[in-house]
Amino acid sequence: MKTSIEYAALAPIEILLTAGVLSILIEAFVPRIHRRTLQLFLVFGSIVVAFGYLVASATQILNGNASVTGGQTQGIRELAASGSVAIDGPGLFTQGTLLIVAFIGAMLFAERSVDPQGDAFAARASTLPGSEDERQFTAQGWTQTEVWPLFLFAVGGMLLFPVSNDLLTMFVALEVLSLPLYLLAGMARRRRLLSQEASLKYFVLGAFSSAFFLFGSALIYSIAGSVEFGTIATALTNTLQDPILLAGIGLIAVGLLFKVGAVPFHQWTPDVYQGSPTPLVAFMGAGTKIAAFGALFRTFYVAFGGMRWEWRPMMWVVAILTMLIGSILAVTQSDIKRMLAYSSVAHTGFILIALTATSPAGLSSSLFYLLAYGFTTLGLFAVVSIVRDSSGEATHLSQWAGLGKKSPLVASTFALFLFALAGIPLTSGFTAKFAVFAAGVAGGVTPLVIVAVISSAIAAFFYARVVVLMFFTPENENTADVVVPSYFTKVAIAVSATATLVLGIAPQPVLDAVVNAGLFVR
Amino acid sequence: MTAALIGLPLFGATVLLLGGRRTNAWGHLFAVAMSASAFFVGVATFVSMLGRSSEDRAVHQHLFDWIAVGSFHVPFDLQVDQLSIAFVLLITGVGTLIHIYSIGYMSHDENRRKFFAYLNLFVAAMLLLVLANNYFLLYVGWEGVGLASYLLISFWQHKPSAAVAGKKAFVVNRVGDVGLSLAVMLMFVTFGTVTFDGVAKEASKGDSTSLKLIGFALLLAACGKSAQFPLQSWLLDAMEGPTPVSALIHAATMVTAGVYLIVRAHAIFDLSETARTAVVVIGAITLLLGAFIGTAKDDIKKGLAGSTMSQIGYMILAAGLGPVGYVFAIFHLLTHGMFKAGLFLGAGSVMHGVNDDVNMRHYGALRTAMKITYVTFGLGFLAIIGIPPFAGFWSKDEIIHAAFGQNIFIGLATLIGAGVTAFYMTRMMAMTFFGEARWEKGVHPHESPLVMTAPMMILAVGSVFGGMALKFLGNIDSWLEPVVGHANPANDVSNTILIPVTLAVVLAGAGYAWVTYGQRPVPVVAPAEVSLLTRAARNDAYGDAINEAVFMRPGLHLTRALVWFDSKGIDGFIAGLAGFIAALSARGRKIQNGYTRSYALTMLGGAALIAFVLFLVRL
Repeated sequence: MKTSIEYAALAPIEILLTAGVLSILIEAFVPRIHRRTLQLFLVFGSIVVAFGYLVASATQILNGNASVTGGQTQGIRELAASGSVAIDGPGLFTQGTLLIVAFIGAMLFAERSVDPQGDAFAARASTLPGSEDERQFTAQGWTQTEVWPLFLFAVGGMLLFPVSNDLLTMFVALEVLSLPLYLLAGMARRRRLLSQEASLKYFVLGAFSSAFFLFGSALIYSIAGSVEFGTIATALTNTLQDPILLAGIGLIAVGLLFKVGAVPFHQWTPDVYQGSPTPLVAFMGAGTKIAAFGALFRTFYVAFGGMRWEWRPMMWVVAILTMLIGSILAVTQSDIKRMLAYSSVAHTGFILIALTATSPAGLSSSLFYLLAYGFTTLGLFAVVSIVRDSSGEATHLSQWAGLGKKSPLVASTFALFLFALAGIPLTSGFTAKFAVFAAGVAGGVTPLVIVAVISSAIAAFFYARVVVLMFFTPENENTADVVVPSYFTKVAIAVSATATLVLGIAPQPVLDAVVNAGLFVR
Repeated sequence: MTAALIGLPLFGATVLLLGGRRTNAWGHLFAVAMSASAFFVGVATFVSMLGRSSEDRAVHQHLFDWIAVGSFHVPFDLQVDQLSIAFVLLITGVGTLIHIYSIGYMSHDENRRKFFAYLNLFVAAMLLLVLANNYFLLYVGWEGVGLASYLLISFWQHKPSAAVAGKKAFVVNRVGDVGLSLAVMLMFVTFGTVTFDGVAKEASKGDSTSLKLIGFALLLAACGKSAQFPLQSWLLDAMEGPTPVSALIHAATMVTAGVYLIVRAHAIFDLSETARTAVVVIGAITLLLGAFIGTAKDDIKKGLAGSTMSQIGYMILAAGLGPVGYVFAIFHLLTHGMFKAGLFLGAGSVMHGVNDDVNMRHYGALRTAMKITYVTFGLGFLAIIGIPPFAGFWSKDEIIHAAFGQNIFIGLATLIGAGVTAFYMTRMMAMTFFGEARWEKGVHPHESPLVMTAPMMILAVGSVFGGMALKFLGNIDSWLEPVVGHANPANDVSNTILIPVTLAVVLAGAGYAWVTYGQRPVPVVAPAEVSLLTRAARNDAYGDAINEAVFMRPGLHLTRALVWFDSKGIDGFIAGLAGFIAALSARGRKIQNGYTRSYALTMLGGAALIAFVLFLVRL
């Protein structure tokens, strides 16, 4: 087979990875005072260019290549890089969502007005927590720009992950996106021990799950004789009875379910969400979930699509556990970041319904869900990052009492995001849940939808509790302050809130877009 | 053009309510201007209707499609036909006069602007009610006037009695509104449409049970809005509102909406004998009950309120007679609108002159102090008791005639009602304007300013000539016939006998009252030792007591039982469930122990679980 690389089709990934390399060069050669400016130009510039290119090529391909068979729009379908990357509608839509998330995430990374000591990241990541060095660097007001190359590589990995069309490319993408995140998780400026602990846990457990994924890939290769999804799909139809095959599917599922934070592979989430720097949680919470779900859908729809009767019961169990455990454990959390972490687990369960539905509607509704969820998550953590007391972010729930009186606008915005998570109508969360549940019912997984509604009811409790705390509980001396951030965070919150509302009130254009995105290429 | 009728007063209300204090200085004049321009638009519409033949008189205006869900289509359409235009002229005409009157009446009230805003809101809602071309849109107007009524009854909300009265009117009206919403739903289920034309066209296809149910539901709605038995109790309390409100809303227009509804839905009633009978019975009961209550009231406004109930009872009864009565119901509604508004404004003028005292035992001999009020009130008095050729005679006589044509008992009820009406109205006249002065200390009765007396004079002209004008000039029966249909009553008892008999009964009632209250001194304090009947009449025929015994107390017990069930049963279950979830959550947290090694172990367990399920499926 002739090896070919369609550079044009892969441009968004290339742009981001190239920017990552350039970013390292900037760190190496540009004087310290100019680095931040240059890095910001590079980061925002590369994201905007990649996004523009993505939209332009998507429209172009769609116009020239779209075909309708049997009433279902086929959308964009193209294999690139000798079949290891799939450029299709769902993939491009996921990439677009990821670039939007990356843009807003970068704005939160760039914020420097919130913490009086600098930004959200450690003055020097290399200093020991509590050491004299650390104290000195902090006192001198040092900030580091090394977060930017890490950020760019993570985005590059995320872009590749959902469009990977073979198991090895997917594995590489998984590591490219994960390793920078492990590092970034340990770089919090405040509570560095907690941050480093989170980083280590994330890394160790991530490595553990990667091993599952890799082992599963090896087993599948041993049966199918290929790691490419299309070939696997064809090969598997002849070898359905092999127990090794089931083991392979199971192990790959473990690796991917870890990334989306499904029970019982979720335990890293609360610890990592709580310990990591909040801008990173915003970016990672949204980005990783989107990219990983993109990969999960592709793997299970394309490579294992013919085996869906084998793996659907397993997904049933995981989805039910994920929804219920996520919701129930969130009830007793007293730390807002931990609570949101469990909430994210519950949402993973909801999207798993769409996966289990194994239908075009399941795919399109999950694309919508991920977009809506991405905006809401970014907005939530952006607000969390500006509610502070003298020692940093005020993450204990008791400190949010009476916030509605102190800062009505910020509290109302936060309430809006919470309503979106709870799925209250006129927010994006309602539309998203409705789409997913509808796909679930149509796809024959009604019991899952019933469990989802029950866990939504449980979840409504802890979202409402925060609202009650903010608006109906009197302020006390512990009540946190809201710092006025720079335009970076302001715009990030405003955009997220607007998107949350627009996707709730007038979702139709986006709903049409996800349907028009069509199916995965095979 | 039709939309402008509603739009003008609605605009007025919007400007005054949103403009706030800035519009205080000129707000009342603006409201008058809006109401008056609506009246002129109404007149212009009327004139253009006159120029067309009777089949082409109705005008439809499509504004937009309001609701289109499945097979349920409700257009936002207006229609002006012969029936609507009569109401339009009454509402805007009397409404404008009362707006003008209120300039004087409310001149010292600090919330005058708000008062006028509500009045404009009322006019807009009432016009929507009569101009809608379907029952659903009518419902909007119906609720709109209910809202305006509520706001205006409790306008002086600093008085607990006014606040309570507003609430009472609101609650009782809700009962009636349930009837209207049920009627609309039943219509949609039965006929698949809720437009007037559509229902009229489809009505003959409905089965008798549906028609009966729709008729009863409409009657329930009419009872609520028009203060008919058994939903009459709110109207007497509604007199807590400012007097112009009583005149406009609780005498001339809103309370007659029930009559409009029944006449408008004549297609249903034409086909259901049972529903018609129910309407007649309710009308007869109310006309006697209201008159009875009127005989013992010392509060001039409550006396008039009882009278209003009674007169609307006449209209409802007439409407229940079917094609022989529809026209006369509307005829009486129009004349009543004029003379009763005049009477209320007169009462307001009297109150204005005696420091807002409503007790007629503190009046007496006011004919000298308030000449204009005396004359205009007197003309209204002659009109309501039905002395020819005043307005009430023409319309009431027709109803009595038609009632005798239907059934002798119904006829007798209307006849007795006429006698009692003469009794209580003469009593009111005698106690207010005749006899010796029983004024409270420091009260110096004086005539009201021209801005108040002028509307009274105009309405007095209506009390005198209104009946003749409508009958001979306006040809009301042939005018309305294309819309509601008309049939001549069965002539068992001819008018040549009936008119003298009626007049004799009326004169007997009036004479008895004159002997009792005009010739003998009236005690300043109401005598305590009175007959059981008087006591019953003073207590509104125990309407409140009955409501309390039949609805309120059982309702309270039911509520208590439900609250108990809610707090012990449902809340207990929910709280238990919440406690269970919280306990589960607290347990579950222990698994999240922070050790990476146990997390990894869980993952391994998870992987085993996944493998297990996968292999289980294979088996």
